[in-house]
Amino acid sequence: MDFILQPLNLVTFFPLVGVLVLLFVKKDSAARWISLVTALITFGISLWMLTLFNQSNGGLQLEINQHWFSFAGWDIRYALGIDGLSILLVLLTTFLTPIAILSTWHAVEERVRDFQLFFLLLEVGMVGVFLAQDLFLFYIFWEFTLIPMYFLIGIWGGEKRMYAAIKFFLYTMAGSILMLLAILWLGIQQGTFHVPTLVAMGGISPYYQHWLFLAFAAAFAIKVPMWPLHSWLPDAHVQAPTAGSVILAGVLLKMGTYGFLRFNLPLFPAAAERLAPFMATLAVIGILYGAAVSFSQTDVKKLVAYSSISHLGFVVLGMFALNEQGIAGAILQMVNHGISTGALFLIVGFIYERRHTRELDQFGGLWKVMPVYAVLTLIVSLSSMGLPGLNGFVGEFTILLGAWGAGNGPLGSYLYAALAALGVILAAVYMLFMFQKMFLGPVTNKKNEGLADLSRREILILIPLLVFIFWIGLYPKPFFGLIGASVESLAAMFSVVH
Amino acid sequence: MLLSEATNPGGAFNLVPWIVFFPVIGLLVNLVAGKRMGEKFIGTVASLASGLAFAVSVALFFALQANHGHKEIFHLLDWINIGALNIGWDFRIDTLSVTMMLVVSGIGTLIHIYAAGYMHYDVRYKEDPASYVRFFIYLNLFIAMMMILVSGDNYLMLFVGWEGVGLCSFLLIGFWFNRSPDGTFGTGNSYAAKKAFIANRVGDFGFLMAIFTTFWVTHSLQFDEVFHHLDSGEVPAWAIWAIAMFMLLGVTGKSAQIPLYVWLPDAMAGPTPVSALIHAATMVTAGVYLITRSAPIFSAGEGVHNVVAWVGAGTALFAATIAVGQYDIKKVLAYSTVSQLGFMVAAVGMGAYAAGMFHLVTHAFFKALLFLGSGSVILAVERGHHPIGEDAHGDHHDEHHGHDDHGHAFDPQDMRNMGGLRKRIPWTFWTYIMGTLALAGVPIWAGFFSKDEILADALHFNIGIYIVLSIAAFFTAFYMGRQVWLVFFGEPRSHGAEAAKESPRTVLIPLVILAILSTLGGFMNFPEVHQFGHWLEYTLGHFYHPTEFNANVALGSTAFGLAALFISWLVYGQNPRQTAKEKDPLEKAFPGIFAGMNAKWWIDEIYEDLIIRPYQKLAAWLADVLDWRFWHDWFHERVIRDGFFGLTRFLAHPVDLGVIDGIANGLARVTQGGATALSIFQTGFVRNYALWVFVGVVSILGYLIFR
Repeated sequence: MDFILQPLNLVTFFPLVGVLVLLFVKKDSAARWISLVTALITFGISLWMLTLFNQSNGGLQLEINQHWFSFAGWDIRYALGIDGLSILLVLLTTFLTPIAILSTWHAVEERVRDFQLFFLLLEVGMVGVFLAQDLFLFYIFWEFTLIPMYFLIGIWGGEKRMYAAIKFFLYTMAGSILMLLAILWLGIQQGTFHVPTLVAMGGISPYYQHWLFLAFAAAFAIKVPMWPLHSWLPDAHVQAPTAGSVILAGVLLKMGTYGFLRFNLPLFPAAAERLAPFMATLAVIGILYGAAVSFSQTDVKKLVAYSSISHLGFVVLGMFALNEQGIAGAILQMVNHGISTGALFLIVGFIYERRHTRELDQFGGLWKVMPVYAVLTLIVSLSSMGLPGLNGFVGEFTILLGAWGAGNGPLGSYLYAALAALGVILAAVYMLFMFQKMFLGPVTNKKNEGLADLSRREILILIPLLVFIFWIGLYPKPFFGLIGASVESLAAMFSVVH
Repeated sequence: MLLSEATNPGGAFNLVPWIVFFPVIGLLVNLVAGKRMGEKFIGTVASLASGLAFAVSVALFFALQANHGHKEIFHLLDWINIGALNIGWDFRIDTLSVTMMLVVSGIGTLIHIYAAGYMHYDVRYKEDPASYVRFFIYLNLFIAMMMILVSGDNYLMLFVGWEGVGLCSFLLIGFWFNRSPDGTFGTGNSYAAKKAFIANRVGDFGFLMAIFTTFWVTHSLQFDEVFHHLDSGEVPAWAIWAIAMFMLLGVTGKSAQIPLYVWLPDAMAGPTPVSALIHAATMVTAGVYLITRSAPIFSAGEGVHNVVAWVGAGTALFAATIAVGQYDIKKVLAYSTVSQLGFMVAAVGMGAYAAGMFHLVTHAFFKALLFLGSGSVILAVERGHHPIGEDAHGDHHDEHHGHDDHGHAFDPQDMRNMGGLRKRIPWTFWTYIMGTLALAGVPIWAGFFSKDEILADALHFNIGIYIVLSIAAFFTAFYMGRQVWLVFFGEPRSHGAEAAKESPRTVLIPLVILAILSTLGGFMNFPEVHQFGHWLEYTLGHFYHPTEFNANVALGSTAFGLAALFISWLVYGQNPRQTAKEKDPLEKAFPGIFAGMNAKWWIDEIYEDLIIRPYQKLAAWLADVLDWRFWHDWFHERVIRDGFFGLTRFLAHPVDLGVIDGIANGLARVTQGGATALSIFQTGFVRNYALWVFVGVVSILGYLIFR
C-alpha cells in the first residue's frame, strides 16, 4: 500500500482508477463525469506532489527506484523521479487533461465511454513519460502514448482520420526504433538503464555520443516536430477531435522537447555542444518556415498546427543555447505553448461546433456577433504572438536572450537569435491575419449572423488558461523558481563562456 | 507579500504604481459595470481614472521638487529572474519620467473628457451605441500602458509599455472594425490597424535586438547599470553602435520615421480623440523619449548622432511635402505629425535632448488641440449634413437608416466639402487658429520657442540639417495656412458645412484649455532662463546643454513662417475655392509634383510591391508547393509510403506470406483484394513493424555479443 501511495505512483496511475470504473459504466453522461472527476483528482494529486517538491534542490526528488525485472542479465528498474525539468510538464498535463475532457461535453457524442477511457489512458502514458527515470520504462510509456492517441484520432477524428492516425503512428514509430536501438546499446554498454546513474557515469566517448545523440534526436525531432520532419502534424491536428488536438499540441509535442532536455543534453553533453549549431539551424528554419506556411493557410486549424512548428522551433533553439536563460525559457515556453495553443485549438473547436467549417473565408466580422469569443480569442492570439505582459513573451524573450548570449558560445553566431527574432514579426503577421479574417470587417456571410456567443461552459474552459496567460506573463517568478535549480545544474554541464 | 517595502523610497513616491493601477481599475469598472450604467457613468469613470493618474503625477512632481530633482526607484515586484538576468517591475521617478507622466495623463485626461462628448455622437453615427464603453476601456488601457512605458526603470519594462501601447493603437485604429475609413462597411479600418501593428513589430524587432545586445555587453537592463557600464569603457564601440542603430529601428516604428512611418497616416482611421491622444500627443513620441532616456548610449556611439539626425530631418521634410497635397483634414495633420516627430528625432539625434523634449511637450499641446479641433470640425459638418438625436428636432428621423442613404458619397473629413466654418463654429475656429499659429512657429506661440531651439542647435550641429529643417518648417506653415483657408474661410461648399453646428461643451472645454497651453506653453522654457531644461538636467546630467538663443535664427524662421502663411493666403485665401469638385490651385500650377504629394510619393505602393506581395507569394509557394505538394504529397506519399509499400509487398509475398504466414495466405489475399490501399497499408505496417523491431533488436544484440 505504501508503494502505491507514493506521490509519483499516484499521479501517474490514478487515472487507471477512472478507467476501471468506466469499464462498468454505460451511460454517456456518467462516463463524462467519471472521466472529469478522475482527471480533476489527478490534478489535485499533482498539486499535492507540488507541495512536496523542494525547489532549491536541483536533483531528482520523490524518487522511486527499485528492481523491476531482469532480462538476459539486464537490470530493468522501475524508477520514477521528478525535478525542475519535468515538474511543470507534469502539472501542465494534469491541468490540461480535465480542460480537454470538459471540451468534449458536446463535441463527442459517439462511443463516449471509450473516448474517455482512451483519454485517461493517454494521461497515464504522458505523465509516465515525464516521470520515468529508467530508459526502458521511459520507452514503454513513450510508445504507450501512441495507442490511445491512435484511437482518438482514428475513431473520433475527421474525414481522413484513418490516414492521419496511421501516419501519426508510423512516423513516431519510425523515430522510436532508432531511439530503441540507442537505448539498448547504451544500457548494455553501460550496464544500466537508470538515467541518473548513466548521467553520473558519463564516460561515453564523443564519437559514440554523436551517434547516440542522433538516434535519440530522431525520435524526439519527429515528435516535436522539427522541420523537416513535421509532415505528420498538419494531418494529425486537422483530423483529430478538438480535445485530441489540445492534448497533442499541449502535451504530446512537449514529450519531444522534453526528451532532448532529459536525455540528449545530460547524457551526451559533448555531442550536444558540437551539434548545437546544427539543431539551432533546424530550429530557426522551423521558426521562419512554420510562420510563413501558417500565414498561407485557409483552414484555421491548420494555421494553428503550423504555428506550432514555429513555436516549438523557439523551444529547441532555447535548449541548444545551452545556457540558463535559454533552457529555462525553453521549459517555460513549453508550458506557454501548451496553454496558448491548447486554448487556440479549443477556440477553433468552438467555432467548428457552430459552423461545421474552419475555412477562414467563411468567417469575417464575428466580433459583432460573438464579442466575448472575439475578446478571448484576441487575448490568446496576443499571448501566442508574444505580447509583453502575457505568457508567451516571457518565454520567447528569455529564449532569444539565451540564444543571443550563445552567439559567442556554443552557437557561434548571433545570426540564430537575430533570424529567430524575425519570427516574432512573422508571428504577428499570421496571427493578426487570422484574427482579422475571422473577427474584423463586416459580417459578410449570412450563416454567421445568428451565431450564439460562448456558453458558460465554454468560458469556464478558457478561464483557467487565461489565468495562466496573465499570471506567467506578469509574475513568472514562481514558475522559474520551480525549474531554476535543475536548469542551473544542467547548464553547468556546458562550458559556456561569456 | 506583493509590495516589498524595505528599499522603497517612501512618501509620495510610493504612490507611483497608482499611475498604472488607477487606469486599470477604471477599465475594470467599466468592463464589469459600464454596459448597465450608461454613458455618463462610463465617461466619468474613465476620465476620473485618468484624472487620478494625473493627480498622482502632480504629486510626484512636487515630491521630486522637494527631493531636489533626485531620482527615486520604486520596486513593486520581481519579474524575470534567471541566472544573471534580474528584471523587476520597477518604477522610476525622475524629472524625465515625471515630465512624460504629466503630459500623458494631463492631455490624456482632457481627451477623455472630450471623448465623452465626442463619442456620444460618433457611436450614433456608426449606429452602434453599445461600443461606447469599449472605447473607454481601450482608452484607459492605453493610459496604463503608456504609464508603464514612461515610468519603467529598465528596458524590458519600457518594452512592455512600448508594445502595450502598440496593442491599444491597434485596437483603437480598428475601433470601427467593420468599417472603412470613409465610414462605409468594409475592411479598411481593420487593415489600417493590422498595418500599424505589423509596422511597429518590425520596429520592435530592432528594439529587442538592442535589448539583447545591451544585456550581453552590460549584463543588465536597468538604466543606471547599463549607463554606468558604458562609462567604464569596457563596452566595445561596435556594440554601442549596434545598440543605437537597433534602437533607432524601434524608434522609426513607434515614432513613425522613415522607413516605417507608413502606418501613422493610415492610423487616422481611428476615432479622432484617438488620433489626438495616441497618434499625435503621446504614444508616437515614445521614440523621442527612448532616445532621450538612452542619451548615454546615443552620445557614446561613433557617428550615431549623424544617422539619427538625418533620419529625423529627412522625415521632417518628406512628410511635410506630403501634407501639402492632402485633402482629408486629418491626413494633413497626420503627415504633419510625422514631420514634427522628425523635428524631435532630429533634435535628440543631434544631442539636443532638452530641445527635443521641449518640442515633444509643446507639440503635445498644439497637435492634440489641432486634432481635437479637427474632430470638432468633422462632427460639426456631420451634424449639419445629417442631424440625428437631439439635432434632428423631432423630425422622427430613424437612426437605423440614417447614415447609408447618403453617407456613401459625402465625406465629412474632406476639406473640399468645408469652407466658411469660421462663423458657424467660432469656438472651434479660434482655438484652431491658436494651434495653427503654434505649429507654424509664429512668435510667442509655443511651437515658436521649441522649434527655434531645434533650429538653433541644428545650425551648430550641421548646416545641412539646419537647411532641411528650415524648409520643412516653411512647408509646415504653408500646409497649415492652406488648411485654415480651406476649412474656415470662403463660402460653405456643402450642405454639411452650411448647416454646421458648434460642438457640445465637453468638446469645447478641452479645446480652450489646450489653446491656452499652446499659446503660453513656450514660456516654460524661455530662452536664457531654461526652467524646463534645468529640470531635465537633473536626469540628463552632462548630456544636457542649454541652447543659446540665436536672434538670427529666430528672425529668419519667423520671416520664413510668415512668408509661408502669406503665400498660402495668395494661393488659397485670396480667391477661395468655390466648389468641392474643382482642382487645387497647386495642381493646376505643378500637376506632376502635386500628384506625387497627393499620392504620398507612392511609398505604400512600393512597399506593397517590394515587401508585402513577395512575402505573400513566398509564403503561398512554401505552403502550397514545397510543403504540401512536394513534401507532404509527393515525397511522403509517393516516395516513402509507396516505396515502403512496394518493399512490403516484395517482402510479404515471397518471404513473409510464403514462409511464415502460409496458412493465412488465402485469407490475406481475399482481404487485400477488397481493402483500400490504406487498410492494406495498415495490416502490412503492423506486421512489418514487429518484424523490423525484431530484426533491429536481434542485430544489435548480435553485434554486442559477438563483436
